Amino acid sequence: MNPAEVEDIEVRLFLEAIHRRYGYDLRDYAPASIRRRVLLALAKSGHAHLGQLQHEVLTCPPFFAHLLEDLTVRVSEMFRDPSFYRAFRTQVVPVLRTYPLLKIWHTGCATGEEVYGTAIVLTEEGLYERAQIYATDLSPQALAQAKEGTYSSEVVKTFTENYQRGGGTGNFAAYYTEAYGGVAMNEALRRNVSFFQHNLVSDHAFGEMHVIFCRNVLIYFGNDLRERVLNTLSQSLCAGGFLCLGASERLGRLGESLAFSDFISEERIYRHEN
Amino acid sequence: MKTKREMADLGLVCIGGSQGGFEALEKLLPQLPADYPCAVVVLLHQYRHGAGNLPELLSTRTAMPVKAVHDRDPVIPGHLFVAPANYHLLLERHHAFALNTDAPVQYARPSIDVLFESAAHVYGPRTTGVLLSGASIDGASGLKQIKAVGGLVACQHPDTASGKVMPQAGIDTTTVDKVGSPQELGQWLKQLHP
Repeated sequence: MNPAEVEDIEVRLFLEAIHRRYGYDLRDYAPASIRRRVLLALAKSGHAHLGQLQHEVLTCPPFFAHLLEDLTVRVSEMFRDPSFYRAFRTQVVPVLRTYPLLKIWHTGCATGEEVYGTAIVLTEEGLYERAQIYATDLSPQALAQAKEGTYSSEVVKTFTENYQRGGGTGNFAAYYTEAYGGVAMNEALRRNVSFFQHNLVSDHAFGEMHVIFCRNVLIYFGNDLRERVLNTLSQSLCAGGFLCLGASERLGRLGESLAFSDFISEERIYRHEN
Repeated sequence: MKTKREMADLGLVCIGGSQGGFEALEKLLPQLPADYPCAVVVLLHQYRHGAGNLPELLSTRTAMPVKAVHDRDPVIPGHLFVAPANYHLLLERHHAFALNTDAPVQYARPSIDVLFESAAHVYGPRTTGVLLSGASIDGASGLKQIKAVGGLVACQHPDTASGKVMPQAGIDTTTVDKVGSPQELGQWLKQLHP
């Protein structure tokens, strides 16, 4: 057995220890990415090997709380993939206009960037007042940040550029105020947003969504877990509801078995036939 | 039809570059024959939105079949795979690609270090890493990891690169098996798998 295979065993045992001690199940995450996160956490901890890190995780819950963040936090940006937002505005929004009420779910919303992006799109398209946006994440810390809606000045430059490329019709600077060396998104954008903790891996479907954003979330899951989560998502959509994935994700053969059809295939927007 | 074991045994060639990397690839790739037996992965730092057409551009420079990588795509020998913009690219043990949106490394996503390190972990001594022109030090640490597991590594000769920092960082960080012009690196890759 070579050292890489031995390391794989150590990582698996580490994830097993987390599951048994705290109930968080990271065992079916995509191995390459979770391995990288575990090794980064090990380097950050200063421990010599995973056995030591595991001991601290098992015996020190506050330490684990921080480590869980590092293992699971999702990094995103507002209007990531501007061409997706252009397509959403021009082709999904006209369908959404035909509904009197809109239920929209952002899964794995992390620190909320994409939630505010959606809120801005709905505002500009005149749909915000009839929308209820559910923003969920595994991490309470990320959700707290999402609720706060403050971002650093550096990333705002990227957000602004994305907004303009993504078909924004107004002035992006009108959606935030400068605050403490960063920006705070306008309160009005989260008036119809509910933030709450939800674990895609273990929690149930919740229902009758018109749109689910699950962009670059499933890439962190192994094949079986991804299939399970997609099942949950399909159960959470109303007939004709939209599922939006990330730019380099594809439903593949699962699309058919879960009754999804391509709506805008190049932007990974699928429609549930139910 | 080759067995899964034989497919894996052929190993993986990973090529990374940044500023000037595309120009180097234009000279390197034509050296590889249409029936080159390995899977080749090309990762160029690119504009976050632009370069969506990189696979099309590269397919005019190589006889190998070219594929843009999507999450979970299988690693197929004899194909040239292009890393997508704004994701890190990694390898899984079951000969599939994995993507993630983790924070940039050395200001880069995709990062060459992330790809090389992941390839070294999965393919071990059957990994070949090539570092081309670029103005950052991304890739040097990954090259060292490939070397550490017994793989082969090469760098573009800095005199032939418009971005000298990247290949020079590779040469300074580890013992490199080959330094040469893009054409020479292409020939070197070809004779590894005649």
